[in-house]
Amino acid sequence: MRIALFVTCLADTMFPAAAKATVRLLERLGHEVVFPAGQTCCGQMHINTGYQKDALPLVRRHVRTFAPYDVVVAPSGSCVGSVRHQHAMVARAAGDEGLAARAEDVAGRTYELSELLVDVLGVEDVGAYYPHRVTYHPTCHSLRMIRVGDKPQRLLRHVRGLELVELPAAEQCCGFGGTFALKNADTSTAMLADKMRHVLGTGAEVCTAGDSSCLMHIGGGLSRLDAGVRTVHLAEILAATEAA
Amino acid sequence: MTTFLGMPTTAPRGVGNLRGDEPFPAAARKALGNAQLRRNLGHATTTIRAKSGAVIGELPDWQELRTAGSALKADTMARLPELLVQLEEKVTAAGGVVHWAADANEANRIVTELVQATGHDRVIKVKSMATQEIGLNEALEAAGIEPVETDLAELIVQLGHDKPSHILVPAIHRNRAEIREIFLREMPGVDPALTDEPVILAGAARRYLRETFLSTKVAVSGANFAIAETGTLAVLESEGNGRMCLTLPETLITVMGIEKLVPTWQDLEVFLQLLPRASTGERMNPYTSMWTGVTPGDGPQNFHLVLLDNGRSAVLADEVGRQALHCIRCSACLNVCPVYERTGGHAYGSVYPGPIGAVLSPQLTGVEDNASLPYASSLCGACFDACPVKIDIPSILVHLRNEVPHPRAEQAVMASAAYTMDHPKLYAAAQHAAKLSRFSGRRLPPPFNGWTASRDLPEPPPETFRDWWAKR
Repeated sequence: MRIALFVTCLADTMFPAAAKATVRLLERLGHEVVFPAGQTCCGQMHINTGYQKDALPLVRRHVRTFAPYDVVVAPSGSCVGSVRHQHAMVARAAGDEGLAARAEDVAGRTYELSELLVDVLGVEDVGAYYPHRVTYHPTCHSLRMIRVGDKPQRLLRHVRGLELVELPAAEQCCGFGGTFALKNADTSTAMLADKMRHVLGTGAEVCTAGDSSCLMHIGGGLSRLDAGVRTVHLAEILAATEAA
Repeated sequence: MTTFLGMPTTAPRGVGNLRGDEPFPAAARKALGNAQLRRNLGHATTTIRAKSGAVIGELPDWQELRTAGSALKADTMARLPELLVQLEEKVTAAGGVVHWAADANEANRIVTELVQATGHDRVIKVKSMATQEIGLNEALEAAGIEPVETDLAELIVQLGHDKPSHILVPAIHRNRAEIREIFLREMPGVDPALTDEPVILAGAARRYLRETFLSTKVAVSGANFAIAETGTLAVLESEGNGRMCLTLPETLITVMGIEKLVPTWQDLEVFLQLLPRASTGERMNPYTSMWTGVTPGDGPQNFHLVLLDNGRSAVLADEVGRQALHCIRCSACLNVCPVYERTGGHAYGSVYPGPIGAVLSPQLTGVEDNASLPYASSLCGACFDACPVKIDIPSILVHLRNEVPHPRAEQAVMASAAYTMDHPKLYAAAQHAAKLSRFSGRRLPPPFNGWTASRDLPEPPPETFRDWWAKR
């Protein structure tokens, strides 16, 4: 299958390892990955901070960039959530029904990585090897906005050598929330403190998730504590093999 | 010919409890520093969540009930003016008197004058959000009338000269040791040997309240529902104290927000299943009191219904925000909210705290008066899932953020970020600039110092994904 990668601005700039892993994984499974030029950011930060008008050109750019592709994948539940639940809304608020219809069309062909693997490609065992004790944080937008359900856990359970330990109160937000982490830094930190306490309580070496943004937040807190637990994107675990 | 009366007005300033003294982040910071509060809230919300989740899980048709509740409320809002007139006709025909209050000042004046006309100077109160919203107790006290709260938690708040911090459990921020101290200090005739056992504390409140119930001739209540078809009012509570107030006095004055309406008697079938399970985690509500006007020889012989707008018509005028009026005040969104669980209700500065408060308060007052509240959420979506009438709170929050006046500097940053991201070459250059500026580590300047106060930023990678792709 020919799959267009919507890399997301955060993975592109700060976490390319997650994006490269997505490419390696899909190619290993026998698919062709293309990287449409002209893509930048889906506009979620602007939309969620109250700058919907500023986001309009970014929505237009995203829709134009990905319209030619049958299947689009992103290593982020949050960015897929924005494409699926916000792009058409932004277009409609601006009175552009044509753009809204095209946005809905693109959204219908856009998948978060675990959705693409399980629902579209029909695979749960991707042949990965990752000999570590891992806990999975489900991230709010993956869980409640696009409802990936237990697809990530199903993929992780098939990874050889991986011991999956359940995260207590997993469904609670880590406190990131985009600009919430800056505008309400104290509350965000209090939420993060509880999330880290639960992560550390599992005894896991690695905390994984389907969103680099939440991992940046949890990882930033764990790094500050020198807690000795690292954050790794789900794609990197699924891309890992005995060979590499 | 139609006459345009102008846009509906918002709740007036200087009266009531819809506006805080400081923005949410500053108020939250203080609350977060209170370790006892964090313990009390964490324990209480975890307990309610578990109890509610268990009884909701028993119902195979919970999602269908939510959909029905949502549809009933949407229908009610679409026909609100005609349904309100129908309610007025039915209440009047049943011997009640209906008053229309455009805002808090008018409602307070109407209630005060009604009490004064009875010649009494004390009222007993059923727990009510609407009267807290308009600051009725303060208005009555200013007129020399003593209001006595009879809901146990509301009484604790009143005796403690405190403010409610939760819609359903207004003293959720207090533990039993604190309640004992308040009773010892403030409750007339309390036993000085009072302990902090819940049954002993409840017994002390009962003795105090029984005397008040039997000697007070006027009661003030809110309403959970009003049925347009029959003119029936309904109050749901767990203690029985509300029923005492609704049945013992000679005069009953009910203050009700105009959105509390349901069209028909049968509609209650849905809400009486949704509300107790979502709010207190009970299968059936313990005390459901209903009355229709006046019944000769039984209960209050004078009944007044005050219909309160206080900004609700303005909320109704907003296509996205109007679903906030569907709220049945169950508090499920508070109990699941990770922000509320840590800051408590006082940080929101309004009687309506938590996620529903963050969308309702700014709409009632106008967003400029509660500009920080739409941002008091990480948009995690737990509130939307928990809401028994499916109010899409995250979408309303995002919508209201567009209407809030933004700081100048932020506007400039956001505009330039959007411009950069709409120009891929500029965007790639900005990616490299960020790397060169060593935009990482433990101490960053404002506005990013909020991040680095507690979190490290990762080292920028040696190359971006698009650079790596270009070299493949």
